[in-house]
Amino acid sequence: MLEIFGTQVNLDPIWLTLEVAAITTVVLILLGTPLAWWMAQMRSSNKVLLEALVALPLVLPPTVLGFYLLIVFNPNGPVTDFLRFFGFEGQLTFSKTGLVIGSVFYSLPFAVQPLMHAFEAIPHRLLDAAATLRAGVLDRFFSIVVPLSQRGFLVAATLTFAHTVGEFGVVLMVGGNIPGETRMVSIDIFDHVESLEYDQAHILSAIMLIFSLMVLMLVYGLNRRFGVKVG
Amino acid sequence: MKHKRMMHGNLRLRLGDFELNSGDFSLKLEGVTVLFGRSGSGKSTLLRAISGLDKRTEGSLNVKGQVWQEGKRRASPQSRNIGFVFQDAALFPHMTVRQNLMYGLKRLPKGVAPFSDAEFSEIVSRVGIADKLDRAVTFLSGGERQRVAIARALLSRPELLCMDEPLSALDWRSKAELLSLIEEVVAAYRLPVLYITHAPAEVERLADRILFMSRGRIETIETLQEALARPDSPLFDEQGAVSVLEGQPKPIEAGLRPIVMGEDSLWLPDVSELKKETVRVRVLARDVSLALSDPQDLSIINHFKTTISELIPQGDHRTLVRLQMADGQKLFAEVTAHSAQRLNLHVGQSVYALIKSVAMTE
Repeated sequence: MLEIFGTQVNLDPIWLTLEVAAITTVVLILLGTPLAWWMAQMRSSNKVLLEALVALPLVLPPTVLGFYLLIVFNPNGPVTDFLRFFGFEGQLTFSKTGLVIGSVFYSLPFAVQPLMHAFEAIPHRLLDAAATLRAGVLDRFFSIVVPLSQRGFLVAATLTFAHTVGEFGVVLMVGGNIPGETRMVSIDIFDHVESLEYDQAHILSAIMLIFSLMVLMLVYGLNRRFGVKVG
Repeated sequence: MKHKRMMHGNLRLRLGDFELNSGDFSLKLEGVTVLFGRSGSGKSTLLRAISGLDKRTEGSLNVKGQVWQEGKRRASPQSRNIGFVFQDAALFPHMTVRQNLMYGLKRLPKGVAPFSDAEFSEIVSRVGIADKLDRAVTFLSGGERQRVAIARALLSRPELLCMDEPLSALDWRSKAELLSLIEEVVAAYRLPVLYITHAPAEVERLADRILFMSRGRIETIETLQEALARPDSPLFDEQGAVSVLEGQPKPIEAGLRPIVMGEDSLWLPDVSELKKETVRVRVLARDVSLALSDPQDLSIINHFKTTISELIPQGDHRTLVRLQMADGQKLFAEVTAHSAQRLNLHVGQSVYALIKSVAMTE
């Protein structure tokens, strides 16, 4: 509890939100990069299906995604059993792990699309040239593709992070509303409003507003600098 | 069949509507082999298949006893020891010139000695980019970019250099400079080169051997002389038949450059500086006239005693006369059918070839 302008505010939901968003961003960059690369290289018509699948969270009501995840994460279901086999304890629903997994699905297009577009923009001849200079596949990726996609990575990370911070529906469905455990800031604000605690809602909302603005300004500032260097 | 300096293969590669189907070919890896053909004939596709740059390649390729392709199995391009110079240089835009050059150098396989600092400087200054090492590649001109690309390829110690129309994006001045550079580099490093172009002038200047392509197939592989000996050679453009003569340049006399060809000398009005030991000159058949005796009172300087080896009637009442010079080189002359009849030209006859105009290959 922290007292701001004479109002008791619990900042735990903010910390939890930032933690989940940060973990989700790291996970999505790690998983989204190979997926985006694979998709960028694809020539077949399967690409259409894959692109549609990746973009699905953009269109689907978050509650739909959350609902399916809730079903899949069933504590007695095959997915949880499968994870238990590898020593996983606890459950996926109403836990932080579940929140992160849910957020990864929910924010997938925000990581994959910018990365894929960045990868597609790299002239293939550069990779051919690198190959004739004896760079192997991974070497080419890290020495040519990654540096030339800096912008794409920056955009992907920012959008993923920001989108995860702002999520509501999926979080509510998968994580529920356990204080200190799965109560993220968006839900907390909703609760305060429901209980007519407008002071707390005001303070939390203002903090999020200022924080989000600062993050975006930082990123666009960086983007400009990178833009000059790379362009 | 296996020869240590040979490439044997038969490559297929389907790209949408286009299909490369080279047919069996054997190629001597020595000097410059030009891949020649119209655009869309499959030159670039063949070169990419030879370099291993396209996964979809099928067929067989054996280079100096090593298997590069067998069926769908393909040795990776990074294992083939090739250098590749692309049409647009393909420099890495996020690196300086030096970093581009070091890219291949840092990835030399174990057991291949990297270039010493002295060798590095030698290559860089030979190519003419010594003062540009720390520049960003985005600020280079087209010619400079190709120079960097050539140096970058050389520094990776290739055993075969592939060049895909390296001059096509350049203005004529850079073209001329780079042609000299390529010629010099090929001679200095004794590298076999596969060179794509559709410019006959580049072929005449560089080629030792020409691989003609048409509709995805290799039609023939011939030496430059063989290719030029055909009266209907694809190398001839609207200017008609061309002969390329080779000789040794000697110091300038009376404002003319003598080019020695056996016992004969050809005199060139071109007195620009020459560093080469052998030069090629280009003579259009229609610039060669014939005389039965050696005329002395004539402004034309270049007279050669030759023997007629073939008379080839052309359409349009013209006759193409194939001549053999004293040192064995072949020369085409184009005369009207009327003149051929009047002079009673026949095979085995001695005639004087009068060359009205001659130029060093560009």
